[in-house]
Amino acid sequence: MTSPQAPPALRLRRIYEVAPRDLDRAGTVSTEVRRELLALGMSPDVVRRASVVCFEGEMNMVLYSEGGRIILLVKEDRVELLFSDRGPGIADVDLASQPGYSTAPDWARELGFGAGLGITNMEQNSDLFKIRSRVGKGTVVRATILLGVPFF
Amino acid sequence: MKLADLAGLLGAEFVTGAEHAEREVTRAFAADLLSDVLAMVQEEGVLLITGMTTPQVVRVAEVMNMGAVLFVRGKYPTQATVEYAAGAGIPLLAASRDMYETCGLLYQAGLRPAKRKGFRLDLPSGPARPAA
Repeated sequence: MTSPQAPPALRLRRIYEVAPRDLDRAGTVSTEVRRELLALGMSPDVVRRASVVCFEGEMNMVLYSEGGRIILLVKEDRVELLFSDRGPGIADVDLASQPGYSTAPDWARELGFGAGLGITNMEQNSDLFKIRSRVGKGTVVRATILLGVPFF
Repeated sequence: MKLADLAGLLGAEFVTGAEHAEREVTRAFAADLLSDVLAMVQEEGVLLITGMTTPQVVRVAEVMNMGAVLFVRGKYPTQATVEYAAGAGIPLLAASRDMYETCGLLYQAGLRPAKRKGFRLDLPSGPARPAA
């Protein structure tokens, strides 16, 4: 018998590797995630928000990190995106999360990124959002989108 | 506005996706900064007007379920980008006019701005200034 505290059943788990500075492939994890969610029949709102969160996180990993992985978990009541990279880590997460704050090099800006909106946009499209980082170790982000919860 | 009418108005050509010429785009967003597209557009089916031709433009359009991408200033995407867009079902158009003129003509023809997401950058004091 299932207890009320049992964790929600897992419907889908996907693990994607993200290579640093691979601009030819940057964004392809997000398009894959979008296709998986569409195939599961998720609502357009959930698909769009998850795709945008994933794209922002993926671009951050490609542009700034030494590579890492993105894990997509779909449960009965939520979509979770877990981002973890191999460094270099963010010294001041609060500062990096401020809209408009960016350390992007010119080459990233020339591609149309680095406006300093990424973390804010991830947070704004998530229902639950957690970021932890340690310099020299890496950064971990968990973004959760709850299903059946109104989003404004 | 139908993509076919939009192309005729601007003298733009279909780079790919001419089979979607009857598709309607009701609103538009113009930017070269993809960060802004990702952060500010909240509707689906929007026309993206841009001078950026990197593969990421089409991927942004795909993840945001945009109606079409219109390149301005005579910019033309690479073959790999065109093929990707064709596979993703996103029409690409190219116009030689600059962004200002393109937007002006489309606005005059009744194409309205995409609804903006309420954003923390929308300060009561006006445009956001860079953090000191």
